[in-house]
Amino acid sequence: MASQGDEAEQRQAVIKCESVYKIFGNNAQSLLQNAQGKIDAKDALAAGCIVGVNNVSFEVSEGELLVIMGLSGSGKSTLLRCISRLTDATGGKIFVDGQDLLTMNSKQLMEVRRDKMGMVFQNFGLLPHKTVLENIAFPLQVKGINTKDSIERAMNMAELVGLSGRENYFPRELSGGQQQRVGIARSLAVEPDIWFLDEPFSALDPLIRKEMQDEFLRLQSVLNKTILFVTHDFDEALRLADRIAIMKEGVIEQLDTPANIVLDPATEYVRKFTQEVPREKVLKIEDVMDPYDSTEEMSDIKVSKNAIIEVVAEQILSQDKAVGVVDDNDNIVGSLHSSHVINVLFGNRSQEQQG
Amino acid sequence: MPSYLKSSKAIQFGVLFIAFFLLNALIGPSESNYLWRLPPLLKDIPFLINDLVRGLMFEWMPIDVYDPSIDEYEQKPLFREITRAISSSFSFVINAVREFILGGSKTIVAFSSWDFIKENPWAVWPALPWTVVVGWAMVLGYKLQGRNLAFLTGVAGLYIAAFGQWSPSMQTLSFILIAAPVSVFLGLALGVFAYKSKAVEAFLNPLLNVAQTMPHYSYLVPIIVLFGVGDHAAALVTILFATPSMVRLVLLGLKNVPTDVVDAGRMSGCNDFQMLFRVLIPTAKRDVLIGVNQVVMQCLSMTVIAAFIGAQGLGSNLLIALNSLRIGTGLEIGICIVLIAVVFDKMSLAWANKQTDYFADLSFTKRYRHFLIMAAILVGGIVMAMIGSIIFEEDFNYFYIVPHNKGLTTAPFWQAGVDWVWDTFFYTLKSFNEWLITGVLVPMRDAYLAMPVVATFLLVMGTAYILAGLRSALIVGGFLLFIAFSEYWDRALITMYMATFAVVVSGIIGITLGAACAQNTFASKAVLLFCDFLQTFPSFIYLIPVIMLFGITDTSVLIASLAFASVPATRFTVEGLRSVPPVLQDAGSMCGVSRLQRLISIEIPIAFPHIMLGVNQTVNFALMMVIIGAFIGTIDLGQLILKAISEPQGTGIGITLGVCVAFIGLAVDQIIRTWANKRKLALGLN
Ligand SMILES: Nc1ncnc2c1ncn2[C@@H]1O[C@H](COP(=O)(O)OP(=O)(O)OP(=O)(O)O)[C@@H](O)[C@H]1O
Ligand SMILES: [Mg+2]
Repeated sequence: MASQGDEAEQRQAVIKCESVYKIFGNNAQSLLQNAQGKIDAKDALAAGCIVGVNNVSFEVSEGELLVIMGLSGSGKSTLLRCISRLTDATGGKIFVDGQDLLTMNSKQLMEVRRDKMGMVFQNFGLLPHKTVLENIAFPLQVKGINTKDSIERAMNMAELVGLSGRENYFPRELSGGQQQRVGIARSLAVEPDIWFLDEPFSALDPLIRKEMQDEFLRLQSVLNKTILFVTHDFDEALRLADRIAIMKEGVIEQLDTPANIVLDPATEYVRKFTQEVPREKVLKIEDVMDPYDSTEEMSDIKVSKNAIIEVVAEQILSQDKAVGVVDDNDNIVGSLHSSHVINVLFGNRSQEQQG
Repeated sequence: MPSYLKSSKAIQFGVLFIAFFLLNALIGPSESNYLWRLPPLLKDIPFLINDLVRGLMFEWMPIDVYDPSIDEYEQKPLFREITRAISSSFSFVINAVREFILGGSKTIVAFSSWDFIKENPWAVWPALPWTVVVGWAMVLGYKLQGRNLAFLTGVAGLYIAAFGQWSPSMQTLSFILIAAPVSVFLGLALGVFAYKSKAVEAFLNPLLNVAQTMPHYSYLVPIIVLFGVGDHAAALVTILFATPSMVRLVLLGLKNVPTDVVDAGRMSGCNDFQMLFRVLIPTAKRDVLIGVNQVVMQCLSMTVIAAFIGAQGLGSNLLIALNSLRIGTGLEIGICIVLIAVVFDKMSLAWANKQTDYFADLSFTKRYRHFLIMAAILVGGIVMAMIGSIIFEEDFNYFYIVPHNKGLTTAPFWQAGVDWVWDTFFYTLKSFNEWLITGVLVPMRDAYLAMPVVATFLLVMGTAYILAGLRSALIVGGFLLFIAFSEYWDRALITMYMATFAVVVSGIIGITLGAACAQNTFASKAVLLFCDFLQTFPSFIYLIPVIMLFGITDTSVLIASLAFASVPATRFTVEGLRSVPPVLQDAGSMCGVSRLQRLISIEIPIAFPHIMLGVNQTVNFALMMVIIGAFIGTIDLGQLILKAISEPQGTGIGITLGVCVAFIGLAVDQIIRTWANKRKLALGLN
């Protein structure tokens, strides 16, 4: 864990937010001036304001995938729109690659968007009058790249997201999943460093969503971008995230790795949020293993400490003796007994019923 | 207000009516009683407007203008120079289009200032043969929609040419071809401004409201004063009238662009210009093009009225025909206007619904096929015209241009028909006419005129309060107050009585017809199609057949209004009833209600807000028609407006009267719209 932290410090934060606020309403400024730290939602309401984002600070490092989670209306989109400056934050500081985003003029902002940022929208946001290819090429053409080059590049992007053969279709002729592929291709066309995705798969039905998540993971493994990904689907968050930020009423309640959030919820809200989550899908072996005791008799099987419990559970359960846990270099670092796994799988629920 | 009063609208209305009748009974006519009639405090408004306009035109901001004829600078008021410049540029462009189709030399002279052309009378641009123009239009129709539209266009063109209406039709066309693009451009620009700035929107909104409800006539006088008389003035009036709906639709379309699309544009790094022209307007394309369709239809509906201030073409011919009671000719011209309207309507709608195929990679001949065909048509048409000049040596050349009123005509037939109707049904029609006038209209009018002004206010504001709430009541009261303080209260009452009569009857006709047709899918489709067709008619056209039957009387105006105003009531009723969710109908059926019960207790209440919007349009249509009816001799606000056209004080009077009519329309609109919205909210629609 400690080594991870060091790494993050060495790399420069690509996105950095320092107590960012977004308050809707006419009295936003005065409300902000009187506020110290978090603004009370009731005070805001009394002043005729709605708090969208409330004193949010965090950093995202290069190549990291941060998922922002929360219920509807918790301010996820608003936060994302602040960081892309689709709306102006009411207060706080936002840095992108060390540049202060909020002091940029519209020309600088345009440059940043043209070169560094890509965004995918929940309802796709495709231009209805343009074909797949033209839609993908649009950000390039806006930049002033000539038609031939931009279309060529768009062709490549279409192939990358699996839209070959449909380049000349119009958005209305595509299924939801295909439309979102166009959205993804368009957002990647300018080869941005930072990739924003606002509930990109929410409008899709479950099967397609799964397929698109796989697709997304495949793309990310190739491209390795810095990503802010908004979703209200916890399963999705778990599948994709390096870290998860859980928001409630504009506040980030907890920002941590999936395992830590499940194992160690910071607030009651987060605990409630995570209680239905199947732990075996989240936790890795290292999160639940016992310290290695060289006296104990071990079974022949070894499992990696990075394996997700669900994947290896059957193996472990089939053993009477404890199973050895090994790190990447095959050194034994812990042990795990099948009763412990059963506890993770079922014990949690029964504890709750008692409690 | 005590709670028992709030509990039921019926009780509230009961109380309102009792109070209303009491006031009616208690307050008698008297000059000095302000409860009877308010003093005309605002009677100077027309003069103020006149002074303002005169000041603008003749005194304000003198500038030095070079006068070549005396080779010196002269002081001239800026505003008048501007209006002059606008007038002359419009005249020039309209004339250029006209001469392109119909031939002439003025434009060429203006461009080249060749004395040679002036001196040689033979040196003119020749008119295009009608076959060429119609052929081109057919190609356009084909390109926009396909064979059907091309065919329709061809038939319309053939009719117009064969019936000797070619030149007037092309004259009408030439000013539409100017007025429509200008309106579209203005509408687009203003719509975009309103979209960009809340302040501009707030400023434009009331102006648009008034402009859309002002009767067409009332624009005429100020335009005459500012721009004179002629085709250019007609084009300007048309633009004034047609632009507001374009602004509305552009604004609506832009507002309806999904936020995701707007954000996507911004995240793609668009600058303002790219955002507007590559993201917003193309995405709103459908609404924008529907706006174009509206503009074209408005332009056509102005053809007749524009004739009042000197537009040449079908409109003025129609006026002359109607004035001299040549009903047959009037009918033929009317059909011309309708045909042009239908073709334009279909073409612009086809354009709106057309989807561009960017990527169909076409060869040169395919891509420019239409131009090639058009060129071929040009050559073919000229050759045909030449052949024609040999075939029709004695007669005029049918293949070139059929001179005005020299083609086929069915006028004698219609005239005979009218005569026959009059001979056969003279007594029936006459007695019906008399019964309507003495039995219904006159008593109704007298009753309206016998209302003391407080009673009218109580009734209208009370209704507004009960149906739409306090805010609406106050707004409506404001509108009425303006009229009551002007000199025109009595005239306004007459207008209101005619409009009320028309609205009540056409509301009943429309809703009944609509409800009946909505029971059957086929009938619904048919009736909607028919409504579409009727709505392409310029309002004036409705007068032709009723004048045939009833001559020039109030009855004609009212019957025309009925026909005109029933259309929206019918259409909205059918639409409203057809859009009731089938689940609800099934639920009703499962509860064992009969067909009629289902209609009354489920469908009508749910469709009610939409039906009310139809009634709202019915009111506006009825008002418009009643005002237009002044042309054939009713004595309400419309007639005063018409009179104002020929008066020196006309500008102010015309505008004031127009505003009065607009306020009547806006008052009704306010009540019905708020009420419908409340009902919608209560029903959880939207
Ligand atoms: N333009 C706006 N004006 C006023 N309030 C707004 C505006 N946009 C968002 N809000 C409010 O800010 C809060 C956060 O909204 P936001 O759209 O960020 O939620 P979200 O987490 O993205 O929800 P969802 O999952 O539904 O997309 C909500 O209470 C919303 O009503
Ligand atoms: Mg959202």
